[in-house]
Amino acid sequence: MSESRTSSPVNPAPDFAWPREGLSRVPFRLFSDPEIYAREQEKIFRGPVWNFLCLELDVANPGDFKTGNIGDTPIVVTRDENGELHAFVNRCAHKGALVCMKERGNASALTCIYHAWTYGLDGQLQSVAFRNGIKGKGGMPVDFDTGKHRLEAIRVEACCGMVFGTFSEETPDVEEFLGDAVMPFLKRNMNRPLKLLGTHSQVIHNNWKLYAENVRDSYHATLLHTFYTTFKINRLDMDGGILLSDKKWHHISYAKRATLNESAEYSDAKVHSAQFGSDLEGPELLDAWDEFDDGITHSIQTMFPTIAIQYTLNSLAVRYFSPRGVNETELFWMYLGVEDDTPEQTDIRVRQGNLTGAAGLVSLEDGCISEFVQRGTTGSGHHNAFMEMGGTEAASSKNSRATEASIRGFWHGYREIMGFD
Amino acid sequence: MLLDYCHRLDDEDWDAWPGFFTEDGRYKILTRENFDADLPLGIMYCDGVGMMKDRMLALQTANIFEPHTHCHLLSRPALSGAGSQIEARTNFMVTRTMQNGAMEIFATGKYLDQIDLSSSTPKFRERIVVIESRRIDILLVAPL
Repeated sequence: MSESRTSSPVNPAPDFAWPREGLSRVPFRLFSDPEIYAREQEKIFRGPVWNFLCLELDVANPGDFKTGNIGDTPIVVTRDENGELHAFVNRCAHKGALVCMKERGNASALTCIYHAWTYGLDGQLQSVAFRNGIKGKGGMPVDFDTGKHRLEAIRVEACCGMVFGTFSEETPDVEEFLGDAVMPFLKRNMNRPLKLLGTHSQVIHNNWKLYAENVRDSYHATLLHTFYTTFKINRLDMDGGILLSDKKWHHISYAKRATLNESAEYSDAKVHSAQFGSDLEGPELLDAWDEFDDGITHSIQTMFPTIAIQYTLNSLAVRYFSPRGVNETELFWMYLGVEDDTPEQTDIRVRQGNLTGAAGLVSLEDGCISEFVQRGTTGSGHHNAFMEMGGTEAASSKNSRATEASIRGFWHGYREIMGFD
Repeated sequence: MLLDYCHRLDDEDWDAWPGFFTEDGRYKILTRENFDADLPLGIMYCDGVGMMKDRMLALQTANIFEPHTHCHLLSRPALSGAGSQIEARTNFMVTRTMQNGAMEIFATGKYLDQIDLSSSTPKFRERIVVIESRRIDILLVAPL
């Protein structure tokens, strides 16, 4: 292959040392330092992780393509004539222009509009315009071989309705990457014939890792999100827990609504969220049915680095967050139903769509809270966040969600992969 | 009515908002992409006045966000239909101004309305708000 990745300029480790207290401290510099951001691109997004590329239903049919990003790198996913999935960097092997400029579509081949270099759906170069010149003059050298040029391939694997990609040969397959502790729960929610109910995205003005923390933060959920608490969708006094994956990179936070025992701490602590006490005038918002027999009515499951799957009552959604520079992130919401849902069940999921997303009655605060951290920590790069709720380690917490264990789990993975000892 | 709706929202007269709809009226904000693909799930969706009142109460008492104001600009509406049930299509633009003075176009798109004229005041039986962009900047808390 003539296209070779120039020996990648692995960013030298910035002058950086993790605080000696370990995972319970996180230097604010990590959220605003461009050098660290550049190193993340190489070590994480081009490293041994599975990145979310798209939903399988985005590329359901032969010829379908969908563009996206892995970190800063533009990518395209295709399904070829034989139904096989491929992914590549969306960069022509000639001059580097985007090969796909449409977000999605269906095509028999991908042609770069700049000089009409044409690639098969497997990313292999098929033809080059004016290869033999015009009227016998010009053209490519005689030894030019289309077989030696292709779009830079990305390893791809489909699992549980999602298409994942990795640049690294070292990434174990998706099931092993997630691990036995958390994989079954992903299958519970996602390993079904899914259909798309709606999508949108949200631009949040903060570093991507602050959202990675936010979705792992079971401590904040019932304090910041006041709608949640009052309507008893999810409170820390409900039966629930935190489960960390074997490697601690990924997690599940879950709760069982039926087990709520009112605890005095909520009223004693004058928790803001407990002050919104009126009954709903449109209670059908929270209509729900028991979809599973394990009693879990609310969960969020993360997959390092940038994926979360929510299951709130019956509202199933994939959240994928993609960095857009050191202090901006685009958060994608993909709401899903199941193929054999009844019309009533679809209506229930559609109404519950109000709970989360950019206008989520429960979660809209997440659109601004990480920005407040980003703004609050500006100029304080040498200070650290303090996170000792539930101790200083990253371990599962079967009985309580009043812990920051899963956030510490994220930082455990982050340190490991970034080489920040 | 179309103008009054915008002025009430701009003036943050939140409790007036559900009154623009029939009791079983529907309100939905969705992206142009989702609207064209005929997907059912909106970014904000109220099925009946009860859900609208809950939205307004949540906005005023439960939800937490940085203070900001909206300002609507409307095109002339295109009206169709006859009798007591008419349809309207109106383009809109909404700017958002933050407390530090930063102002941007927050949303632009079209209102697709079904209006009931059978009572003394016209009411929306349905207002579908199709926004051009799939991206919401920061968050969406007030209806458009």
